[in-house]
Amino acid sequence: MTASLQPLSELLRPDQLLLRPEQLAAYESDGLTAFRQRALAVAIPETTNEVIAIVQACHAGSIPFVARGSGTSLSGGSLPVAGGIVIALNRLNKILKLDPEQRIAVVQPGVVNAHVSVAAAPFGLHFAPDPSSQSICTIGGNVAFNSGGAHCLKYGMTSNHVLGIKAVLATGEVVQWGGPSRESVGPDWCGLFTGNEGLFGVALEITLQLLPKAECFHTVLVGYSTLEQAGDAVSAVIASGLLPGAIEIMDALALEAAVAAVHADYPPGCEAVLIIELEGPREVVAEDRLRLDAIIAASHPIEARPAHDAEERLAIWKGRKSAFSAVGRLSPDFLVQDGVVPRRKLGEALRRISEMSQESGIRVANVFHAGDGNLHPLILFDGREDGALRRAEQLAGKILKMCVEMGGSLTGEHGLGVEKREYLPDMFSEEEIDCMKRIRAAFDPRGIANPGKMFPSSEAPVLMQHGLHPLEKAGVISRQ
Amino acid sequence: MMTMISPSNAIELRDAVCSMPRVIAVGSGTKPRLSAVDATAICTKQLRGIVEYDPSEFTFTALAGTPLSEITATLAEKGQYLPFDPMLVDAGATLGGTVASGVSGPGRFRFGGLRDFILGVQFVDGAGRLLRLGGKVVKNAAGFDVPKFMVGGLGRYGVLVETTFKVFPQPASRLTLALDVDAAETAVKIFSEAGNSRWELEAIDALPNQPTVVMRLGGPASPLKMIAKEILSRWRGKLLADDEAEALWSGLREFHWVDPHDALIKVALSPRDVIAFYQSLASLPGTKAHLSGGGNMAFVSVAGDQVAAFDLQLRSQQLCGVTLRGDAPLWVGHRFHSLISLSVKAALDAENRFPGLEG
Repeated sequence: MTASLQPLSELLRPDQLLLRPEQLAAYESDGLTAFRQRALAVAIPETTNEVIAIVQACHAGSIPFVARGSGTSLSGGSLPVAGGIVIALNRLNKILKLDPEQRIAVVQPGVVNAHVSVAAAPFGLHFAPDPSSQSICTIGGNVAFNSGGAHCLKYGMTSNHVLGIKAVLATGEVVQWGGPSRESVGPDWCGLFTGNEGLFGVALEITLQLLPKAECFHTVLVGYSTLEQAGDAVSAVIASGLLPGAIEIMDALALEAAVAAVHADYPPGCEAVLIIELEGPREVVAEDRLRLDAIIAASHPIEARPAHDAEERLAIWKGRKSAFSAVGRLSPDFLVQDGVVPRRKLGEALRRISEMSQESGIRVANVFHAGDGNLHPLILFDGREDGALRRAEQLAGKILKMCVEMGGSLTGEHGLGVEKREYLPDMFSEEEIDCMKRIRAAFDPRGIANPGKMFPSSEAPVLMQHGLHPLEKAGVISRQ
Repeated sequence: MMTMISPSNAIELRDAVCSMPRVIAVGSGTKPRLSAVDATAICTKQLRGIVEYDPSEFTFTALAGTPLSEITATLAEKGQYLPFDPMLVDAGATLGGTVASGVSGPGRFRFGGLRDFILGVQFVDGAGRLLRLGGKVVKNAAGFDVPKFMVGGLGRYGVLVETTFKVFPQPASRLTLALDVDAAETAVKIFSEAGNSRWELEAIDALPNQPTVVMRLGGPASPLKMIAKEILSRWRGKLLADDEAEALWSGLREFHWVDPHDALIKVALSPRDVIAFYQSLASLPGTKAHLSGGGNMAFVSVAGDQVAAFDLQLRSQQLCGVTLRGDAPLWVGHRFHSLISLSVKAALDAENRFPGLEG
């Protein structure tokens, strides 16, 4: 054990401080499987006070650290730092409070996203943010990366559901912002902290708002012979004044993958599938669905299939949510981007991605949140081929630059992490990046909290590998 | 007499920030306590206009000095709105002042407050740098969420040039119900039960001058009537006529119920605080509150001689308020102090060009 780890060994039992190579191997990579890095050690705190003590020891000894939940980041956000430690938060997995009358939950960072909704379900409540990895990803990670999901247009991202945060900052200071109120007074510290990508510190207790589960859903799957027709239908829905809970599109290659993986059943001959979901009180949904059905009927679909019951609705969503891991059936490796374009430019963006795909000879499958312009191009490659990863990354970079040029964003919900850090200057000026760096330095003057992420940097060089994450192969997580 | 500079574009604004040792942005002065500090006022009223608005994107970008009335009217023409019910619209409040004060209205109950709809900001920091952070699309996770931090920041971290917001399609119709309540306990029960219900209410508030809980529904007309009927079978009350409802909500929006001599203080609280909060108000003569957001915020009218007592009451409940207008300290009640707040202030305003939050 290196001398720098001595203070940690005094804080933790031996079984809470992993040091052997075979123990560290499991933490080398996260959902962005193309990268890996071995940490010096993995600390496994079991209490809030242990997390605080570890971070304070890291601050005192200038030891870099990366907080990690389930490691589902798709941008390499929880990739370890060379010469640093991983703080694995999975044992801080208690729901500390669930107050149905106020519709809030107070949770530790290692609580799995879906477990919040499971705990809230007996009271008719749920936690709205639903990243595709929700069955395994943790709230701490959701807060660090401001995770999204399929319902962001209507309900926003994680940040919109965080009411309070107790955190230990990289300086060792313990702070408490917000609380049970949905309103706040003074600067919005919870808003600033959410999405910090682990560069500010570690959230210890998070107060979440819960929402009543919608009484009624109307979910319809529509097959089209072209992607443009699906896009036009979305435009018509938006123009109508309806506010669906989710609007998703899958292209032909993504459909092929879903059929192969989960035997999803789509209208024959369709090149694109649109999924739209209305939700609300039954009387409202009954009226809104008449308008939606009329819009769809006028959009020249091959077939429209409304879900007749909860089971059919779940089947539609299963096909959609499995699309990413399903792509593993088509290709040994893939990269997934999550750039955003103004919604009206979706058609143009997809055309250009298709052209770039043809020019480079690299297949790209598309699944996207059409309501908010959030693309998810899946760039397929075989990492065993010489230079294939590099070529895939070049294509990914072109797509990201296109999103920014169109007035959009580098990332809608995955964060910049290690993967997109070099593209930050495409979206922000040097002065703007300096401003963010000064904010980062205020929280972390020694640069020990998740260094090498978000900002273009030579910090944290990483090794590359290929292949699906073991959990992804098992279909447990997916890259939405 | 306070000096006032009125820049008409971002460059002039940048120069204005750098021209004086201590400056504070002022919009139309509808929340004057926030800028009642010893500093040169930079008036944003000439920074006016909607810069970008494409209804199909559900977003708009407007200069900070744009009156909310101009924005709400433009959105309404296209059947859209800001769901958090911006306040003091008729009084002339600007978009920038609304962001800096962090004030949302009753509609925040359904889809969240102002902080949940802000997407991007362009601002001048204390060193005179013109910076744009956040984004212009409805979904963005690139970089730190400085736009949210500007909400409630009282202009102490920068002067806003323009902001980008998410908007929603306006409901086809609205209904307002007024329910009789006999005690604070009843109001809290209604907040909880209605908030957990299937109805998806836009707003649930308790009125300042009478023991009444009001609810607003938004959506297609005939379904709303059925839901309203169900609510009225649950609690005693009545459906308001459209003009009555309009008068009610605009009166709340414009703070017509607040005594012009009183301090107007916004307090964040939770439904569990409501009963004790009402009890504490009862001991302060002349003090009254509009409870909004299903018991998550209160606008309180406090007579000058009751401010100190109100401050103590809030402290004992561990609640915090900010004074929007009138003669009271900027902050009342309990506040959490941290070292990080000083270092972030230094990161955005090393020169202390803007007043501190304590001012």
